[in-house]
Amino acid sequence: MSFEFFLGSLEIGLIYALVSLGVYISFRLLDFPDLTADGSFPLGGAICGLCLYIGVDPWIATIFGTLGGCIAGMITGWLYVKLNILQLLSSIIVMIALYSVNLRILGLAPYIMGETSRMAGSPNLPLLGAETIFSPFINASYTNQYIVQPMMVLVFVIVCWLLLNRFLSTQKGLALRATGTNARMAKSQGIPTGSTIILGMAISNGLIALGGALFVQTQGGADITIGVGTIVIGLASIIIGESIFPAKRMWVITLSVIFGSIIYRLFIAVALGNELLQNIGIGTEDLNLITAILVVLALVLPKQVKKLLYKRGKAV
Amino acid sequence: MRDLKKHLWSSLMMAITILVMPFTLFAAEEPVKFVAITAIVEHPALDNVRKGVEDELKDNGYIVGKNLKLQYQSAQGSSANASQIAKQFVSNKPDVIVGIGTPSSQALAATTKTIPIVFTAVTDPVIAKLTPSWEASKTNVTGVSDALSLDTQIDMMMKIKPDLKTIGYIYSPGEVNSTIVLKQLEEILTPKGIKIIAAPAQRTAEIPTAAKSLKGKVDLIYTTTDNNVVSAYESLVKVANESKIPLVASDPDSAPRGAIAALGMSYYNLGRQAGKIVIRILNGEAPGDIPPQVGNTTELVINTKAAERQGVVLSDEILSMAAEVVDK
Repeated sequence: MSFEFFLGSLEIGLIYALVSLGVYISFRLLDFPDLTADGSFPLGGAICGLCLYIGVDPWIATIFGTLGGCIAGMITGWLYVKLNILQLLSSIIVMIALYSVNLRILGLAPYIMGETSRMAGSPNLPLLGAETIFSPFINASYTNQYIVQPMMVLVFVIVCWLLLNRFLSTQKGLALRATGTNARMAKSQGIPTGSTIILGMAISNGLIALGGALFVQTQGGADITIGVGTIVIGLASIIIGESIFPAKRMWVITLSVIFGSIIYRLFIAVALGNELLQNIGIGTEDLNLITAILVVLALVLPKQVKKLLYKRGKAV
Repeated sequence: MRDLKKHLWSSLMMAITILVMPFTLFAAEEPVKFVAITAIVEHPALDNVRKGVEDELKDNGYIVGKNLKLQYQSAQGSSANASQIAKQFVSNKPDVIVGIGTPSSQALAATTKTIPIVFTAVTDPVIAKLTPSWEASKTNVTGVSDALSLDTQIDMMMKIKPDLKTIGYIYSPGEVNSTIVLKQLEEILTPKGIKIIAAPAQRTAEIPTAAKSLKGKVDLIYTTTDNNVVSAYESLVKVANESKIPLVASDPDSAPRGAIAALGMSYYNLGRQAGKIVIRILNGEAPGDIPPQVGNTTELVINTKAAERQGVVLSDEILSMAAEVVDK
């Protein structure tokens, strides 16, 4: 793997680390099986893309994208808390609805700019040549792109990680963790569990949408298909992270989730870059299978190595 | 403490495996030219494009293993993969990168401004912002569009159904090429007094339902080169046969699969055309000096059995126009 490709994979891993952190809040902390991610990731990208296309400042566009995700998460939480719709179902409802919303948002930009007379949805919004948060730092020939982008995304991840850890140790954050652990007990302690869940879902999907907003700015376009499988990537990253670096302290756990996402991307990089595999006739059609096997190895190996070492230690 | 040590150890092993595996394989062989191809997803039409590119290279003396290194990656439908593949290709520094499909081509164009990119199977590269116009771009991007002349498509539909009043259009709202065609169809057909009813199907499983919703409302169903629709064409054919709605396609491969007529570009030839551009770049031309092209070979394929099943009598005129007639 060349250094450039390594950094490129790192960049995508870091972007998806935001997604994993978001998914971690809903799945692990709130114990809320949330599929909104498949819609809120492209929602963040679509809103950010729309803003960039019509010339809004890229930083503000990124914030708008994030806020869009927060609102989507709040709706999912609200459907569950106030309307008593099953958790999984309410997230599926929002996810499905967001597909159409995203098509509309993506189609809106050319209409606003007067490039088309029909206000129709569109699955793709090109952002090639648009001003992004990265563009002021990238030279004309794009030669420093592979280093600038991952570094900037890294800053985003570190800031989000610090803020999240800070938040989780405040009273509100502790209430959120208590709600996820035992909602009944939390309620009896006077925690407003309903609004806490809605808040948690807003933060979770806000992070995911921030990931989407950053992703489209590196991708050259916002496409409706970017949402496909977001939740799977997020979950796999969490599980890899937890399995390789098990921990009890909150800041270490959140850090391990970030590492999990990076490792997941490195797995894909291995599957893509491995010429031996290609020479023996294994192609990209087997990519998902290879990734699955590598994920299983990541889950099993640390435990097996531990067991082996333990046994050896006993024998000696 | 001991636990931590074991832990570090196992993590280290993992890290080593991940990092070393790819390195060990970067050995030997000194190829003259290096072409990398990426597609957003694998399906027959896109696979044919790739095959066309590869055959064109081969016929022009670029032999894999001798003087050509060829790399192919499909993103398996995931944009995160497409982005990662773009980064991998750019870091490998090939002589030319071929992008099949809009999102893959955009990801490439966002990653490099220096390595030549040849896009194909993109309907409108200008709308997709891959090139500023249909003139030579002066950038590192050029390629072949699969845009079809819709006027000739409509002429063909009129020949099959002379009293055509309403057309049904089945497409995926998630595919940019299909939505562009819908927009253009509406613009051309409205002045002619022909109505178009769009039936969206987000997933292949929804295609039969979308087709059934058109029963009794349309004179024929027209499909464009929509990835979803093309990959599940048989399910559409079944509904068309049952409800006697003539089916017209814009992808020649769809006629043997059960459309009455298909006037379109062979995706294999599209790949060939892209391959010609690749060769021009390999021979030293700058991509910015080669204007983007539109696929230039269309052919009409007629399926007489399908016409029978869907209750249409084909005129001799249209039969004589066909490049190929199948009856199965």
